[in-house]
Amino acid sequence: MRDTTTIRHPGKGKRKGRRTERGRQPTAESLRQVAALLGDPPHDRHLLLEYLHAIQDAHNGISAQHIAALAHHMRLSMAEVYEVASFYAHLDIHRENEEAPPPLTVRVCDSLSCQLAGADALLDALADDDGRAVRIVRAPCMGRCDAAPVAEVGRHHVVEATAARVREAIAAGDTAPASMEAISPDDSAYAEFDACIAGTHTADSVRTTVEQAGLRGLGGAGFPAARKWQFVLAEPKPRVLAVNADEGEPGTFKDRHYLETEPRRVLEGALIAAWAIEADDLYIYLRDEYPQVHAALRKEIAALRASGRPLPNIVLRRGAGAYICGEESAMLESIEGNRPLPRHRPPFPAQVGLFGRPTLAHNVETLYWVPHILEKGAAWFADQGINGSKGPRSYSVSGRVKNPGVKLAPAGISVRQLIDVHCGGMQDGHAFAAYLPGGASGGILPASLGDVPLDFGTLEEHGAFIGSAAVIVLSDQDDLRAVARNLMAFFADESCGQCTPCRVGTEKALTMMDAAQWDDELFAELGQVMRDASICGLGQAAPNVFETLLRYFPEAVR
Amino acid sequence: MSVRFTLDGKPVEAGDDETIWQVAAREGVAIPHLCHSTAPGYRPDGNCRACMVEVEGERTLAASCIRKPTEGMTVHSATDRAATARKAVMELLLADQPPRDRAYDPNSAFWDMADANGIEASRYPASLRPDPDTSHPAMTVRLDACIHCGLCVRACREVQVNDVIAMAHRGPHSEIVFDVGDPMGASTCVGCGECVQACPTGALAPAKDALLQEIDRTVDSVCPYCGVGCQLTYHIKDNALVHVSGRDGPANHGRLCVKGRFGFDYVSHPQRLTTPLIRKEGVAKAVQPDVDPSNPLTHFREATWEEALDVAAKGLREIRERKGGKGLAGFGSAKGSNEEAYLFQKLVRAGFGTNNVDHCTRLCHASSVAALMETIGSGAVTAPFAEVKNTEVIVVIGSNTSVNHPVAATFFKNAVKNGAELIVLDPRGEALGRHATHMVQFRPGSDVALLNAVMNVIVEEDLVDHNYIGGYTEGFEAMRTHLKAFTPEAMSEVCGVPPDTIREIARIYGRARSAMIFWGMGISQHIHGTDNARCLIALALMCGQVGRPGTGLHPLRGQNNVQGASDVGLIPMFYPDYAGVEKEGVRERFEDFWGAKLDPKTGLTVVEITDAIHDGEIEGMYVMGENPAMSDPNLNHTRAALAKLKHLVVQDLFLTETASYADVILPASAFPEKDGTFTNTDRRVQLGRRALPLPGDARQDLWIIQEIARRIGLDWRYGHARDVYAEMRACMPSIKGITWERLERESAVTYPCDAEDHAGREVIFGDGFPTPTKRGKFVPAAIVPPDEETDAAYPFILSTGRLLEHWHTGAMTRRTDVLDDLEPEAHAHLAPNDVEALGLAGGELVRLSTRRGSIELAVRIDSGIPEGMVFMPFCYAEAAANLLTNPALDPFGKIPEFKYCAAKIEPLRA
Repeated sequence: MRDTTTIRHPGKGKRKGRRTERGRQPTAESLRQVAALLGDPPHDRHLLLEYLHAIQDAHNGISAQHIAALAHHMRLSMAEVYEVASFYAHLDIHRENEEAPPPLTVRVCDSLSCQLAGADALLDALADDDGRAVRIVRAPCMGRCDAAPVAEVGRHHVVEATAARVREAIAAGDTAPASMEAISPDDSAYAEFDACIAGTHTADSVRTTVEQAGLRGLGGAGFPAARKWQFVLAEPKPRVLAVNADEGEPGTFKDRHYLETEPRRVLEGALIAAWAIEADDLYIYLRDEYPQVHAALRKEIAALRASGRPLPNIVLRRGAGAYICGEESAMLESIEGNRPLPRHRPPFPAQVGLFGRPTLAHNVETLYWVPHILEKGAAWFADQGINGSKGPRSYSVSGRVKNPGVKLAPAGISVRQLIDVHCGGMQDGHAFAAYLPGGASGGILPASLGDVPLDFGTLEEHGAFIGSAAVIVLSDQDDLRAVARNLMAFFADESCGQCTPCRVGTEKALTMMDAAQWDDELFAELGQVMRDASICGLGQAAPNVFETLLRYFPEAVR
Repeated sequence: MSVRFTLDGKPVEAGDDETIWQVAAREGVAIPHLCHSTAPGYRPDGNCRACMVEVEGERTLAASCIRKPTEGMTVHSATDRAATARKAVMELLLADQPPRDRAYDPNSAFWDMADANGIEASRYPASLRPDPDTSHPAMTVRLDACIHCGLCVRACREVQVNDVIAMAHRGPHSEIVFDVGDPMGASTCVGCGECVQACPTGALAPAKDALLQEIDRTVDSVCPYCGVGCQLTYHIKDNALVHVSGRDGPANHGRLCVKGRFGFDYVSHPQRLTTPLIRKEGVAKAVQPDVDPSNPLTHFREATWEEALDVAAKGLREIRERKGGKGLAGFGSAKGSNEEAYLFQKLVRAGFGTNNVDHCTRLCHASSVAALMETIGSGAVTAPFAEVKNTEVIVVIGSNTSVNHPVAATFFKNAVKNGAELIVLDPRGEALGRHATHMVQFRPGSDVALLNAVMNVIVEEDLVDHNYIGGYTEGFEAMRTHLKAFTPEAMSEVCGVPPDTIREIARIYGRARSAMIFWGMGISQHIHGTDNARCLIALALMCGQVGRPGTGLHPLRGQNNVQGASDVGLIPMFYPDYAGVEKEGVRERFEDFWGAKLDPKTGLTVVEITDAIHDGEIEGMYVMGENPAMSDPNLNHTRAALAKLKHLVVQDLFLTETASYADVILPASAFPEKDGTFTNTDRRVQLGRRALPLPGDARQDLWIIQEIARRIGLDWRYGHARDVYAEMRACMPSIKGITWERLERESAVTYPCDAEDHAGREVIFGDGFPTPTKRGKFVPAAIVPPDEETDAAYPFILSTGRLLEHWHTGAMTRRTDVLDDLEPEAHAHLAPNDVEALGLAGGELVRLSTRRGSIELAVRIDSGIPEGMVFMPFCYAEAAANLLTNPALDPFGKIPEFKYCAAKIEPLRA
């Protein structure tokens, strides 16, 4: 009766049966490890990136098992976790058949300013250090272009880096972020915000003052700040303020400067803007390249909470190595725990923003100026511009100048004045030949256009733009074709991959740049489709690189 | 509200949610598209940029597929600028495509669009492209043809909501991945193939280059498997099925599951019977099936149809003459068409002279139907599952929907994504659980305790719908009194669910403006199955959750035509349309209609027939497409009965375990080889269309039934299924308005349907029930413990059911390559902790025994199984779960307790 084994299998039985349910199953160990990092449920979807950071930080990488376990705890699928985790450069995923990364990672910035300062030589010199204990990897702009080249040993940034100094840091185990000097006690901090709370300022008066000052979005778009407030105010509550502290445009470091030197002013500006639009939530999205700022802000936010002021719900979030998150809608997606793909517009974030709520997204510097404007008046701000421009501007200057750094100068200044008056002139042995007025995106202009006022709207006719005012100065010593290649490689690395013109276009452009003789006609067509049909500014601006080079330096590509 | 704008100089209007692309398409302006699909359920994504148009006053072009026009907007679809951008997009993508003469899908949307743009070649340099992934038996992944349109991601994540495919990494490194970048075949992929259907390039394609075969013709039909009733299209070359695609039917909207899409090659399996067989003289019937289906000639000899039919009929006739109709019985099948089922029951009733006719509904929803008939006077669902789109709260109990009704489950998941709450109640954790707003795992067999406690809360907290109770029900006061004792605290002890959880779900259901209840075999396959269903019906009645949009009671039907087979009378207590056999005047009506004397007594049910064989009462049987030697409980008992029969005629596609006991085997027609109507779980009558010729000397089932009928004295002359259907319509008011011609035209019509120009009624009983009082009846249920509880000797609860890949006894699915590759072996599914406690690892062999039998099989670690339970699929002949199951019956539905018996597990070490 028992012998049923004589019954033949009606199938062919080519394969063996599975021992578990379908797909990778989290082990008890990985479930425990991840649970220990998550804390108590509920584990909200929008915290996904924060959880991934927690795993990466605790385990120096994220195993496929961790992903399975995290998915289990968050009631997500593995695909939902992996698509987010694999997007970010600072998360190291390893599958069962792959090795976990070495205990220490050294990232060497290879963006343009560092490249000009010898990043390649540094990478070459460190090549032998790459091994089981330390790995040496390339990374994009770390926002320290005034002290190029830069290497990050663990979370410690070595500026003006040499192989010796990097090895010294490795040997000393100097891998923690340089602690920001204690934020200096400042009795006047938050005075303007307090005036708002006290009713000395009204939301209307604040907005009017900001409008009269002519404050524009200084992340790169230059949209009038007060008008944006109005748009958000026209939408129903609950509203959100999202602070974009994800400056990643190569050559840009002004936001880091303000966050390091006057973080309270930045927070105060944010609180005032949140108050003016009656936002319930204030999110700060800070790039992962600024760990010292993260620590300082966390502390300062705690102090603010302890101060008893009426505050919105302040949430500090951490990027994970993705330039695209500086694009405001991609930033919102990142905060929501999704793949940070820029959104289609319309609707605009002011209408449908973070978690679907009307959202005011502002750059750090824009907010930094708000309390100053309230304190000193709209005219004080507006009058600082020259050549028809309004306001001061924080230029991040790097490249072949003598004294690079954040230069507070009038909007409308020319690059030649900037070099001569603010940067001590060109480095010895270098003659001014070309410049990037707006980081990697803003195009490459010749020295012959060195007297054009730098501001929103002044450079467009020349095929360029000011963007975040990251001015990279090039000299007669520089190989412009190599410069263009460096920029395009950056865009290809940082393209989110969502739309064809950008995903495929940046990659094809990079390959096409290797041709001895560039194909002008094909580049022109490529430039047009990228500019016309890319979803966001990254793909729309990337062709500036080859278009301006072909326009102003055709001899460089023949 | 509509929007007026100008498209290519022409004033046009757009509806509220219409995009520029949709308006253009409506206006006859063709705009190319790649990442946008017009298939139902796919939202536009706007990523490929192949559909760019120019909007006046805007700096950049706009993706017409995702952009909605605004009042006064001026759109140009055909400017040079737009056309240049669209061409450039195609040229960029083409650079990395395999050449056209090596395309993975030569008829792909991609190449159509390239043609539409006049692009033949690309000037852009090609990039390195990934290697193929052939790890999945059903699908080939060749991402060198991927254009990153994300349609497969939407297919997997938003349409079917299986959440396996993602776009990982970024930029030019973006890549379609499965899970954590795993090979498709090693991933959590459930093989639905929605991605293959969505892919515009063939990067994801059916395996074995099926898309490269030039198709001769296509035939629109229906899926032969579960009760969801997905419509599909067969793609045929040289009279063979090449591949299958989903069709936009009312139940599936283009979706299919792994069985429906990839499980079709059983029809051409080498074991297919193509010649009638007669048992050789002197070859005894062993108690266990002992015939190799590949080599039946050890036990049988080939015969002509004439001889086989004569022998088959003669044996039946002799028994009828000697013992009368009570000596005979017939098992029809829920896999056959309505026409086959109708004719089969008519044969048994009018020809054999008995009501001993039944089919696997007895093992399936018999108890649900018993409860529904008793309380609301109708055994069918009150609303189609598509109503979930209109509901606030979905309750799924005792149903592993994503395994057993996979496509229905996708619509549940869609509804959850759109904001519906989903309460899943089941002893097992299941795939649907991840999507549930409330996943409640309760103790096996404690359904009545849990449901009475839920109702106790609803009554105590006065969440009942007094108007509904007053207007449409009876017996509520007795119910209220009955429920008093079933407090959440008291019942928590029984069902293992915390009282607060019981309260929470009771409040959600009780307060919902609309709610639907779905249930499966977890409810019905208990000796208290009818009580379980009574509770669910009472719950819906007291809250007034029947008869309105977004409300309803829906027992999910297991087989493609279990609804229809019951509707047409393939059950011992009813004639067609649920006319009671013993009901006054009914028999006389059918005696007139059929021109035959009929047995006045209700017949025996499936398990009762087995017992009657053992008792010597039944000596002969005709089994059409049913496999009781696998599907019935306590198989040793069933098989001994089959072996004892003096005369057994089996009509089937294969030499099934049941056929091994046959005296005569008649080779029959497979689903794609015949025309017929099939009624899905929603009461939708759908037309299956013949796509293939019959193999060898196999015959149409209708023809075979008719030939048997003629040989036992019935002068039948049906030419085609439509003739049988016409007769059915004449005695079944429910399908009065559904003509064969209408079905040919519309493919599906829901009953009840009164007139040919009426749409069928989807949500029914808005104005009372077909009971004598027109009211729905509350029937209180008390707690009945399982028939065989666990003890020290048999400490595990054995529960049986299906796997996603296999259907019923596996006669068809185990003979399809893909499904066999995916689930080739029987496993005992155990909780991880139990596996560990037994000192086992996944894949190790155990002996699983109950008081009735013992089998040997491998262990599978399954985190969905609660500790103390072992789950086993019943489709594996070599480890037949039903050797172990308990034949104890529900007293009303006569359904066996497949979901609970006591078992023990002994590790087997080599």
